[in-house]
Amino acid sequence: MADNTDVKISVKNLKKNFGSLEVLKDINIEVTEGEVVVLIGPSGSGKSTLLRCLNQLEKATSGKIVIDGYDVTDKHTDINKVRENIGMVFQHFNLFNHLNVLKNMTLAPVHLKTLSKEEAKSKAMQLLDRVGLADRAEAYPSQLSGGQKQRVAIARALEMNPDIMLFDEPTSALDPEMVGEVLAVMKELARDGMTMIVVTHEIGFAREVASRVIFMEGGYIVEEGTPEEVLDNPKEPRTIDFLSKVL
Amino acid sequence: MVMIIQTYGTMLLKAMGHTLLLCLLSLVFASIIGMIFGLMNVGHNRVLNFIGTVYVDAVRGVPLIVLAYFIYFGIPTAIQQGLGFTSFRLGPLQAGTIALSMNCGAYMAEIVRAGIQSVDRGQMEAGRSLGLSYGAGMALIVIPQAIRTMIPSIINQFIITLKDTSILSVIGFPELTNVGKTVMGNTFKPLQAWAIVGIMYLIVITILSKVSKQIERRINRGR
Repeated sequence: MADNTDVKISVKNLKKNFGSLEVLKDINIEVTEGEVVVLIGPSGSGKSTLLRCLNQLEKATSGKIVIDGYDVTDKHTDINKVRENIGMVFQHFNLFNHLNVLKNMTLAPVHLKTLSKEEAKSKAMQLLDRVGLADRAEAYPSQLSGGQKQRVAIARALEMNPDIMLFDEPTSALDPEMVGEVLAVMKELARDGMTMIVVTHEIGFAREVASRVIFMEGGYIVEEGTPEEVLDNPKEPRTIDFLSKVL
Repeated sequence: MVMIIQTYGTMLLKAMGHTLLLCLLSLVFASIIGMIFGLMNVGHNRVLNFIGTVYVDAVRGVPLIVLAYFIYFGIPTAIQQGLGFTSFRLGPLQAGTIALSMNCGAYMAEIVRAGIQSVDRGQMEAGRSLGLSYGAGMALIVIPQAIRTMIPSIINQFIITLKDTSILSVIGFPELTNVGKTVMGNTFKPLQAWAIVGIMYLIVITILSKVSKQIERRINRGR
């Protein structure tokens, strides 16, 4: 792997239990700057939990997660500060329903004083333009389609100027005709060099954009490598079995 | 009836004023109590959860009239004898406000808890993922959405509290029901006396619920 200086995310011996259920059993990953890592695997394999452990929406049971040099599993780390640098996009968008698109985007940076009101607003407008929704700045989430909601959610995360973006099944709740518009925005982000970890069932996206594909099952990483290695020439029987079902 | 109104009208209106004062004071304190205990109950701190649950269960499990007697007669006696502050007194308004605030506060805490829990977890998670603290997420994202679902229950609770002020006639606070008893005793006309008192409550409560409906409508529209 690349030299240590540009390691963005390092996960060592990560374990996560929900009660007596072991969801993650000894996960080790390193992600370097600009990498696009796609996590695939059957439901219940722990992909989403792994993603949510990275920004500590789920507390790790044991192990060590270092992001940008900050040990997020350490109680003394200011997790809120670290999260400012990790954008997250959710399956169900999670736009703030009581606020319009613009306020959704400016709420956090203005409250956290990373941007002034004016800066936040003009940055939001630029980002909305980038995701093709500049004309919907005043709309409320309930007035948007699923695809539009998810593009706003991506823009909202980018408004914090993160170094890392986490995507938790960003297209799974979308109607088929809206998947493309969200993937297009994600592809553009990847091209611009964003470090991304994406949990998805979109194998086509993985093949086209991923620098690395990780196949998970039963709380373990079963196989990882380039898209060609994992998707086209899988070695592990479980990977082959899974891919035969989704392709 | 006209005679009663002519003779006792001012007295009854003054009593209604006392009822409204007691109700208003109690609602202010109950809202604060409800917010605090409601938030304690939705958090993840077990100690605070426990305190919140005990408070709500204890107050809801005791009739208001018993709570009022306990605070009006019990507490001052305990403080006078136990702590030696022999001049300590609680007036009927003070004791009544405490009892009614505690009672209404417990129900408000449940309304707050249910309102907050009605907001999807993803809302808080999205806020936290952007770097907001738990408190900021609550104040800026969850509570503004929870309030909308809470309003009908809050209005309902306000009306119940207004009616519950009548229970505090038992500790001698000169609110409307208490004065109604006096009017009945003086006139020997219970039918007319209680009809007047009943109508007075009815008018105030009708106005309150109409105003509340307006507020509710405005909040639902302003989005």
